[in-house]
Amino acid sequence: MIKSDEKMLQPKMAVEIAGIKFKNPVMPASGTFGYGKEYDPYLDLNQLGAIVTKGMSLNPKAGNNTPRICETVSGMLNAIGLQNVGVDAFIKNKMPFLEQFDTPVIVNFFGNTQDEYGEVAARLDDVTGVAALEMNISCPNVKHGGIVFGTDPKAAFSAVSLVRKRTTKPLFVKLTPNVTDIQITARAAEDAGADALSLINTLTGMAVDVKTRKPRLANTIGGLSGPAIRPVAVRLVHQVVQAVQIPVIGIGGISRAMDALEFLIVGAKAVQVGTANFVDPNAMAIIIADLEKFCREEGIADINDLIGTLEI
Amino acid sequence: MKNFKTIILSNQEISPNYYRMKILAPGYNKQAKPGQFVMFRVQRSLPPLLRRPFGIFRAGFLPADCDSMPPKEFIEIIYKVVGSGTEIMQGLHHGDPVELLGPLGEGFAVGSPEEEKILVGGGIGLVPLYMLAEKMVETSNVRLLMGGRTRDDIITVTEFERLGVETYVSTEDGSLGEEGLVTQVLERKLDKYPHSTVFACGPMPMIEAVQKICAERGTSLQVSLEALMACGVGACLGCVVKGEGHAEEEPRYLCTCTSGPVFKAEELDWRKAEIKNVKSGGCK
Repeated sequence: MIKSDEKMLQPKMAVEIAGIKFKNPVMPASGTFGYGKEYDPYLDLNQLGAIVTKGMSLNPKAGNNTPRICETVSGMLNAIGLQNVGVDAFIKNKMPFLEQFDTPVIVNFFGNTQDEYGEVAARLDDVTGVAALEMNISCPNVKHGGIVFGTDPKAAFSAVSLVRKRTTKPLFVKLTPNVTDIQITARAAEDAGADALSLINTLTGMAVDVKTRKPRLANTIGGLSGPAIRPVAVRLVHQVVQAVQIPVIGIGGISRAMDALEFLIVGAKAVQVGTANFVDPNAMAIIIADLEKFCREEGIADINDLIGTLEI
Repeated sequence: MKNFKTIILSNQEISPNYYRMKILAPGYNKQAKPGQFVMFRVQRSLPPLLRRPFGIFRAGFLPADCDSMPPKEFIEIIYKVVGSGTEIMQGLHHGDPVELLGPLGEGFAVGSPEEEKILVGGGIGLVPLYMLAEKMVETSNVRLLMGGRTRDDIITVTEFERLGVETYVSTEDGSLGEEGLVTQVLERKLDKYPHSTVFACGPMPMIEAVQKICAERGTSLQVSLEALMACGVGACLGCVVKGEGHAEEEPRYLCTCTSGPVFKAEELDWRKAEIKNVKSGGCK
């Protein structure tokens, strides 16, 4: 770590993952930032390390019945059901807006079958402006969705291998925390050709209305996100960093720069901010500014010097 | 619409469990339209994690501090204490810092001056109707039908009267005004003034009953819905309602936050149990 007694100049905040240069290591988590445009009135999208879109499927998806969200202690449960416009409509109607920014666009996608995963990836392959794909093998919300792939290392390996063949774009694989040993699925994704891993997706959870005795979500079970899950996420990122050679993007309950720093120190090359965007549409801009401030105050000339510096 | 830090000017209980909060809100007097809402951040610490949506009751100017300073703008929200977020809110005082995101959403379409207007408010659902009444009384005859379970749920009616609105109160237990449901009053008023336009906000069973009455008579209706929402800007998709023509094969979900909270009745799918992303207790 480079230290300096004098007041530091601007610390270097850029990071690189799979050949993509990010201005800084902060980007939104898929599903919490819409298609980008929703937050344009509140946040300069040029400030972000990257834009990560809502998850795309081959066909438009209706999503679940309501209620779809509920607040829990320091967190929220959601079972949106991956509602999205479908990959073709995304390319036609949502991508042109995103292309105007000097910010890499990462398109999150999912499928209900291996072939669907492959087909969505293929359709995004020649779309200019798409910097990378993030493959969701972990969303716990949809009954016949990603959970099958993300919790079964063989299925994960097979699906990622197939997608790898159908795209020339950098491929990030987003892992589920709802497994016994995340290092096994992490290695399976790496062996199958993933360029980076992002984790964690939401933890499955449930809440009950004690008066009506009904689940508080129409889908009964949902995904837990928010500050409540951060220690679990930090632990899992720490374990995955030990297990693989490819870069890791840390996700889970980040709402301040201090939270992001935990992930960077355990070895994440970048972080994604999720639920905090709902709480404060300007959350990522504040995190970016505070990360820079932290580096300046701590005498860190380049944020890369901080990554993976955990001392045990 | 933007997010900014501001302070509370006052926070008073106006009826058991109902609070009225005045918040410093620069720009709102000009920007805020009837039916719009704000996402209110209770405090910077946890809990609660998420902001809470509240309909804007009124926007205005404070008396100027001195002649050289422009008068400060405020908004008022009215809330019922129903859960952890509003429980914390009831303990806030003058000078406490809060954050507001807004004004958000599509408000009411005021319509043409020659129409008679009927406002239907159920409990806390009355809130977004006040700014609308303020706007409409300039040109139209406005009647307010206010319903609640008990007299405790009847709030701010005298303020509507001061605007020149004809008000009719009903309570389910008969503790104030006519005994019964507000929808019974609506049917009578529509018999008498059949060319009225109706604007409704309240608990979902009331809104559904109002919709049925208006649909049968071919009466134009706008409703303001309440929904659970995390972001307020159309990103989380937690607050969706099913739109007219919704089908499993061809889903048509509308975000309450960005396409609403006010909808023309014909925009929504009213088949039984289709619109139900609604907590009891009225509109935002």
